[in-house]
Amino acid sequence: MSQKVLLNAKALQVTLHRLACQLIENHHDFSNTVLIGIQPRGIYLADRIKALLEKAYDVADIKLGYLDITFFRDDFRRGESPLEANTTQINFIVENKKVVFIDDVLYTGRSINAALTAIQSFGRPAEVELLTLIDRRFSRHLPIQPDYTGRKVDAINEEKVKVSWKEQGQEDSVYVIKS
Amino acid sequence: MSELSVNHLLGIKYLQREDIDLIFETADHFKEVINRPIKKVPSLRDITIANLFFENSTRTKLSFELAEKRLSADVLNFSAAASSVAKGETLIDTVNNILSMKVDMVVMRHPNPGAGVFLSKHIQASIINAGDGAHEHPTQALLDCFSIRERLGEVAGKKVVIVGDILHSRVALSNIFALQLLGAEVMVCGPKTLLPKYIESLGVKVELNLRKALEWCDVANMLRVQNERMEISYFPTTREYVQQYGVNKELLESLDKEIVIMHPGPINRGVEITSDVADSGQAIILNQVENGVAIRMAVIYLLASKIKK
Repeated sequence: MSQKVLLNAKALQVTLHRLACQLIENHHDFSNTVLIGIQPRGIYLADRIKALLEKAYDVADIKLGYLDITFFRDDFRRGESPLEANTTQINFIVENKKVVFIDDVLYTGRSINAALTAIQSFGRPAEVELLTLIDRRFSRHLPIQPDYTGRKVDAINEEKVKVSWKEQGQEDSVYVIKS
Repeated sequence: MSELSVNHLLGIKYLQREDIDLIFETADHFKEVINRPIKKVPSLRDITIANLFFENSTRTKLSFELAEKRLSADVLNFSAAASSVAKGETLIDTVNNILSMKVDMVVMRHPNPGAGVFLSKHIQASIINAGDGAHEHPTQALLDCFSIRERLGEVAGKKVVIVGDILHSRVALSNIFALQLLGAEVMVCGPKTLLPKYIESLGVKVELNLRKALEWCDVANMLRVQNERMEISYFPTTREYVQQYGVNKELLESLDKEIVIMHPGPINRGVEITSDVADSGQAIILNQVENGVAIRMAVIYLLASKIKK
């Protein structure tokens, strides 16, 4: 197994700041915008983006929710291992809001496809955007593209992109792992 | 554990502790789903479920049907009274005919104990026992334990008394198995004529005095007197039963603690419990009904995840 660093802690921090600034350019005061971290791994990125917006850029009252898409996936009963659900925490209405989905890695697009269906259980958003830390280009199964991207990578299917966060007890980093 | 150890839910006695933990954990997620503005998820859109009710049921049938529809399964409903069973068709022939229509799962209520086990040996589909005679009613026991966990934090270490017609109850047996598996202490209380002779061999305490039972317990699960299953008289009069085994507000207030009151329904108001008890904050009867949908969604979802296409 070999691995190469795509983003180290410093580069990751710079990338997060850039993503936060891009969000501010498009959403201004976030009064009509909600952030939705996609379970399970998008929530760390979503928490970081929210914290940066509040602390570094003085944006107040940001609404952040976590969305679990397990029951909306199209690969139920088709995978090797059973799907395990995570918690959904959305304590606000998304009706007519600008929703920003936040996930760590965009790969086939199937998770985001499921998230687009799942979010409708909470109302009809005015529009939905996608922010992703890593965009694995050329791997898409569905016509889904991110609006905000931290880094694009041309990893082949046998390779895995691993995002680690200090909240998980690891060093902030993004690796491409080849088995 | 992320998968059930069984392919059918025939009774609590076939489950392991880890199975119940997984069902509860999954039901927690579904409880959140059924409190959303849109309560439906598409997980089971390629699954067909037949509800085969060879015996009358209102709430269990509605609860299963709602759970199935909220998971987006296709649902077939069958009632024995209006079917070919009345013309003499056997259980296996009836079910095989239904399965020929490409049904993946069967939810069955049957008056005969063991009907689900029998069927599971003859057909391919996944079977959920929705009550077989006076034997088991596993989803009711699961939702009862889930409701106790929700109200009291956990089931382990709690003292639960099951009051009333134990002899004719499938709820009692499944509850005893489930509560014990989860670490609760169980007592049964009722007229001696309505307590099975073997009951102590299941490791439960037996108490004939209702006040003593209520003083002992944290939770009282009141069962309905199942007159329709009684071929002989098991107690002199309903009035006498009410006096000895009915719970009223006065009795509850005379205890030095606040116990939780449960009832699997339908309630005979004024018999097992009075209206003021049924509608009080101590009763979690409507929580049981709500939790029933979440528990049944969890069971169906977890069993369906074992059906490979």
